[in-house]
This record gives sequence, structure tokens and C-alpha cells, in this order.
Amino acid sequence: MEASATHSTAEPLEFCNVTKRYPGTAAPAVDGLSLEVPAGEICVLVGPSGCGKTTAMRMVNRMIEITSGDILLGGRSVKERKTSELRREIGYVIQHVGLFPHRTITENIGTVPKLLGWDKARIKQRSEELLELIGLPPETGKRYPSQLSGGQRQRVGVARALAADPPVMLMDEPFGAIDPINRERLQNEFLRLQAQVRKTIIFVTHDIDEAIKMGDRIAILQEGGQLAQYAPPAELLTYPASRFVEDFVGSDRALKRLALQRVRDIDLWTAAAIRVGTPVADARAKIAEADVRFAMLVDERGRPLGWLSDRALTGERVTEELRSPARPIVELDDVLRDALADLLSSETRYGAVVGVDGALAGVLSLEVIQHFLQAAPTESPTGADLLAE
Amino acid sequence: MSFPLALLGDFGEAIKFIFQERESVSGGVQIGGIPEMADFGLTHMHVSIVAILIAAALAIPLSLWLGHIGRGEFVATATSNVGRAVPSLALLAFFISFIGLGLNNVIAVLVLLAIPPLITSTYVGIRQVDRDAVDAARGQGMTGWEIVSKVELPLALPSIFGGLRTAAVMVVATATIAPLANVQTLGTPIITPQTYGFVGQLGASIVVALITLAVDFVFARLQRVVTPAGLKISEMPARRRFSFTTKRSFKPT
Amino acid sequence: MTVPLAQLQIQEPGGSDACAAANDFCPSWIVENIDRYWSPLLEHVYLTVAPVVIGFAISLALAIFAHRRRWLTGPIITVTGIFFAIPSVAAFFLLQPITGLGYTTAIVALVSYTLLIIFRNITNGLRNVPAETRDAALGQGLTERQVLFRVELPMAVPEIMAGLRIATSTTVGLAALAVFAGAGGLGTEILLDKRFKSNVAVAGGLAVLLAALFDLLLLALQRAITPWQRARA
Repeated sequence: MEASATHSTAEPLEFCNVTKRYPGTAAPAVDGLSLEVPAGEICVLVGPSGCGKTTAMRMVNRMIEITSGDILLGGRSVKERKTSELRREIGYVIQHVGLFPHRTITENIGTVPKLLGWDKARIKQRSEELLELIGLPPETGKRYPSQLSGGQRQRVGVARALAADPPVMLMDEPFGAIDPINRERLQNEFLRLQAQVRKTIIFVTHDIDEAIKMGDRIAILQEGGQLAQYAPPAELLTYPASRFVEDFVGSDRALKRLALQRVRDIDLWTAAAIRVGTPVADARAKIAEADVRFAMLVDERGRPLGWLSDRALTGERVTEELRSPARPIVELDDVLRDALADLLSSETRYGAVVGVDGALAGVLSLEVIQHFLQAAPTESPTGADLLAE
Repeated sequence: MSFPLALLGDFGEAIKFIFQERESVSGGVQIGGIPEMADFGLTHMHVSIVAILIAAALAIPLSLWLGHIGRGEFVATATSNVGRAVPSLALLAFFISFIGLGLNNVIAVLVLLAIPPLITSTYVGIRQVDRDAVDAARGQGMTGWEIVSKVELPLALPSIFGGLRTAAVMVVATATIAPLANVQTLGTPIITPQTYGFVGQLGASIVVALITLAVDFVFARLQRVVTPAGLKISEMPARRRFSFTTKRSFKPT
Repeated sequence: MTVPLAQLQIQEPGGSDACAAANDFCPSWIVENIDRYWSPLLEHVYLTVAPVVIGFAISLALAIFAHRRRWLTGPIITVTGIFFAIPSVAAFFLLQPITGLGYTTAIVALVSYTLLIIFRNITNGLRNVPAETRDAALGQGLTERQVLFRVELPMAVPEIMAGLRIATSTTVGLAALAVFAGAGGLGTEILLDKRFKSNVAVAGGLAVLLAALFDLLLLALQRAITPWQRARA
């Protein structure tokens, strides 16, 4: 199953100076849009309503015709393709899903394969694979859309789009009609799915948080259909290209960046890890080398027990006298925003960072985070990377 | 006038029948011509108008009330289904055989035929009024009667007039077979070919068809006039189109 | 089968037994004479089925033709609306100079009455298909034609069937007047003995039963071909 779900190669997608002008309107809906989406990446088109993001997306499968410019799919102009054939090669997911109410789930998923002339056995097998992939029990296939919940229907919409293994997918506010809790679950599920299938995806949303979470790259469009900025999420948050982008991403963009980062990815402070009975001289030497003036008492497996008090270092050997417990404890895999929340809610300003084995790996402080925020986002991962790990 | 009419064959003769008196097929009696047709036409209109007024007086208030309280959907749909399925000829024959001939029986038959479309159109018209609008009216402190008269009735008028149009066309059409009960309407030449011949049948048919179309046209106009301006502007795209409930779906004659 | 109207008028209430002679409602007479209604009943079935089938075919063709040519819908409704308003008795005579006395006249007139109802229901059924369903269908690469035949028409089936049911029961009622076109049917029996209670009750009752039977058949058909309508979570 894995094999057939992932075998197809994604194609790169390129907008070349694409303009859409509706007859009878002075201003273009999309104005000279140029951007490249590398194969297998999610490009989020985001912007306020009326910015032309949906129009831009719908020109890819020519649900809307291009006025001037061109869109290249795998290096080939979409304009020279027959529309129905082009669309069968492009997965299509919309907010209201648009499942066919008179067809079973299996038949809905099999829509494009049937158009492509697959035989029945193959369509059935493919439907079953996809149901499994989206986490629905196989018997769902026999049901009708009216018998499914909104979230289930949305999953089926995604499965339907994936049915013929298209190299490119278009998603128009796919989670827009889902309540916040289920939306987050569907987003996470989808990112995991994308880690397996690696499609080139154009994803339209008006929600900047969703854009930051879902996008490998984000294209912010402004009114008049102009591209305001096209960049990976972290870059967008760090270096907004204009006042418009700055306003659109919001004044909390620093916090948003923290949501894109894990503790392991930033430069932590070091702290001396000291066991009971260590010669005080050795301990002092270790402390002098570390970034932090205080030492952490650890057990024999290196797990933090608490911050040592000065008195513990007065004798010959280190005794078990603590100034404060080792709280909060942050894991290397924690998202930076959550770690910051832990720091802020505890009395100490230093968080002990531990690895998977529980051993001390470093110290997180407000200064560390501040330093990170001031640095350039060279290798910031995206939301998809965070989930894929 | 006779030359072009001759070209029309039977139709020419039939039109001549409407305007000129002639001797009957069996002989001895003068038939056709404006005076006789006017006489038939008056009776035809008399039974039709009386029947529609009675039917409207009975059906509209009842279904307004049912629609307002939201009850009796079964009654509204059942009457329309039964009303459609009973042949007008069978109903008239039933009255003739079980009750008797005469003007009042004919009117009773026409009233019975006119009631189902009136009930359905009024009921559906009221029920189709946006429940949010009614709720808002109640929320602003309108009484039951005020809601009916100021919100539901104006919004339901197009549907009600649609029902009136259907009922009127039906009644005028069915009055054509009233001569079977000895009421001499425009159907008389049709029902008594031994006197009027085929030409008389055809002439009367032309007159009946024209009158029905005129009634249909007049009521269609009325329906347009009573439609509140806000509903007229355009078909609201989000609104579901009701295919058969409010629009003409009755044709029992 | 086609009895001249002149003869119909002079028939006396029939039947030989005392009850019939007294013109009461006579179950015994009905049982004895029920045979004479079979052939008119069959004619009536024919006079219903043929117009509905032909009218459906024409309406479907018109609706499909007008589907992508929206401006045609109004004129089609107007013209079929005019047909619809012409009383059937008048239509049966107006057609006779052209199509003569008999089935053809009856069926042409009856077909003309089904058009408005069926056409309007097909058109509304097609238009009630949600925009997002159309969008999803086109976006997946169905051609306009495939969208019409695989998505829109199947989704319009409930409304189309509703139209067929109305058209059918209406036609059963109107076919009772086909006797004026010389096409027989149960109306012939009603006119033959229009003052004889038993006769009127049987002939009229058969027409109503026929309408109910057709309605049930169409309802059963609709349920059979729209399984998704009954499926609920």
C-alpha cells in the first residue's frame, strides 16, 4: 500500500507572470503573479478576501482561464492541455468537499480512476488503500456521504483527490468548514499524509496561522492580486517584506516563529552536570567552563535532580544540598513556544533541557530564546518537518 | 370575409359559426352566432366566478390558519394528491347520478375542484415564508394576527395568487362539461353534436380555449402585481426552487 | 371502441335487475358487469402511459437542450404553459381537423399537458444541484456532458420523479375526457350511463385506483433508483 501511495513523482509548478482580468472590471483579479513551487512542497496562497488567491489557484487546473502569462506544470504549459485531461492529473479539494451524494464513498473516491478507464477491481483496491491511508474503516466505502461526519467527508475529499495519484494537488480552504479542534487534527493528519505522498500542493487559506503551519512556502497576496511576499514561513515572520505583510502576519509574529522551532534546533546554554560525591575542585572547574553560573545535580544516569546551592560546594566533595528543584524540565523535541510557556509559568528563569534518555542536554532561558529570535532563520524547519519527525 | 375563412377549412367554418347564426344539423332551430354564444358565455362565467369565490372563501382562510400554526401538512398534501387524481368527469357524473342535475350541483363540483390547489398554494406559501423573518417579527413583539397580516400574508401572496390562477383556469375549463348536468355553458355545442355538428363543437372549443388563456393571462399578471417588490428583484440564488408545490400542477380538465 | 357521441347521449341507464332498474348502488350488478370495464381500463392505461412516456422524452430533450442555454427556459415554460392552460376538451376538438378522431388526437393533447410539469421539474432538479458539487465534478476533470449525465441528472432524479408522478396522476384524470377525441378509456363508460350510480362509481373508482396504482409504482421505482436518499447515519 505504501508503495502505490507514494510511487508517483511530484512535478514542479511555476506561475509565469500570470494575470487574470475579468471582462468589465478595471483592476485585475491576479496581477502578474510569478512564483515557483518545487516538486513535493506545499505552497500556501494566503491573503485577505478579494486578493485573488482562489482565482490564482483555479487557473492551475483552468477552472478559470488565464488572461495572460502562463502556468507550467512539470515544465509544460497548462494552456496547451485539454481541460478535462489536465484536471484528471490534478487533485482537487474544496472547502465544501462536493462529494457526490448519490454515489457511495468507494464510488466517490473512484471518480477519476473511472474516468481514466481503470478496471473495477483496480478501482476497488485503490479505494481500500486510500481509506486505510486516511484512517477510515474499510466498511465506510459502502456508505453514502450523508452518513459521514464533516471531518470524515473532508478526509474522503482528500482521498478522492489522491485517487489517481496526481503529481499536483489544489486545496481551497480544505479545512475552513471544520470546527477548530477537528481542524487541527485534520491538519496534522494531512501533514503526516503529505510526508508519505510528497505531492506538490497549492493550498489556499485566509488564515495566516494555518498558512504558517501547513506551508513549506507561503505566498502572501494583497488586494489587486499582487504578490506581496513569497518565502518560507520562518523567513516571512522574521523579515516581512512590507508593511502590508507585517500587518498581515500580525504583531505576534515572533511568537509564531517560536511555534515553528524545536528546542533542539537552537543554541542552548551549557550547565555543569555534577553528581553527589564529585570532588568540589572538579565541580568548580566544570562550572567555570559552562555558560551558566549554577550547577545541576544529576543522578548516576545524568538525569537532573535540582540546582546545587553554594553550600553543597563548601566541603571536600559535593553534597546533596539544593537551592531549587530542576523545574521546569523541557525536552529537546518540544516546540519552542511550549517551552517558553513552561519557562514563564515557573519561578526559575532557567529550564533544564533533557534528551530522549532523560539526561541533561542544556539549559533554556529567556535570553537564549531572545538570541534565537534576533538571529537569521537559516535552517528553520516548517510545520510539516516538525510533524514528520 | 368568407374567402379567407374558406382557406382555413373546418376552422373557417367554426369561426363563422361563432359569428353567424345558422340552421341546426337536425334542422328547424337556429344555432350559433354572437347572441347564443354570449348567452352560453354568461352562464359559463356565472358558474365559474361563483365557484371560485366560494372556494376561495372556504380554502384560503383555513389554510392560512393551518400554515400559521404549522399544522396540517398532511391535509394540504393529501388534498392536492387526491384532487389531481379524481377525474373531473367522474366527479361531475358522481354528482349527476347521486345528487342530481342543475346549476347548484355544477357549482358544487367546481368548488370541490378548486379547493385543493387553493389549500396547497396558500399553505405552502405561508410555510415557505422565511422562518427567521417570522421569528424576528415575534421577537419585535408582533401579535399572531400582526404576523399573519404584516409578514406571512404579504410574502405568501404570490403563491396564493398562483393557486387562484390554477383554480380559475381549472374551473373555467371544467365548466365546459357542465351541459352534462343540463347547465348550458359554452360546452353545450361540444356536448350536443346532434344539434351543433362538428363545426359547432370546434367553434365552441375555440371560444373556450381563448377564454381560458385570457383567464390564465390575467391571473398571471395579477400574480406579478401582488409580488412584494423585494421578492421581485431577482430569483434569490441561494433559495431552493420549489418545483411543483406552489406553481401550476393541477390540470384536472 | 369509438362510440359516436350522438349515441352516447341517448343510452338509458343499463342493467336488468331490479336494483339497477331503480338506479341504486348495486354491488351485485357491479360483480356481474365488471367485465365490460376491462377493455376501457386497458385503453385508459394506454392513454396514460403513452403520453407520459412521450412527454418525458420530449421534456428531457428540451431540458437538456436548455440546460446550457438558460435563456431558452423562459420561452419553453411560456409555450408549454399555454398548452397547459388550454382545456383538454377544447384541445381534443381543435386537433381533430388535423389529426382526426382517435388515439393520435388524444395522445397529442395529453402529451402537451405533461410537458410543462415534467420540463419544469427536470430543470429545477438540475439547477438545485449545489454549486460545489458541480465545481468538484468539473475540477476532477469531468466534461460538461459527464457532469450532466453522471452528476446533475442522477441528483435531479427525486425531483424528476416527483414531476412524473404529478404528470401521471394528472394524465389519468384527463384521459377520462379522451372519449371526446374518440379514443375510448373509462370516460366512455361514464358518459354511456352517466346517471347510473353503479356505473359511475365503478368507472370513476377505477380511474382513481389507477392513479393511485401508478403513483405507488413510480414511488417504488424512485426508491429503487435513489438508494442514497434513504441512507442516513
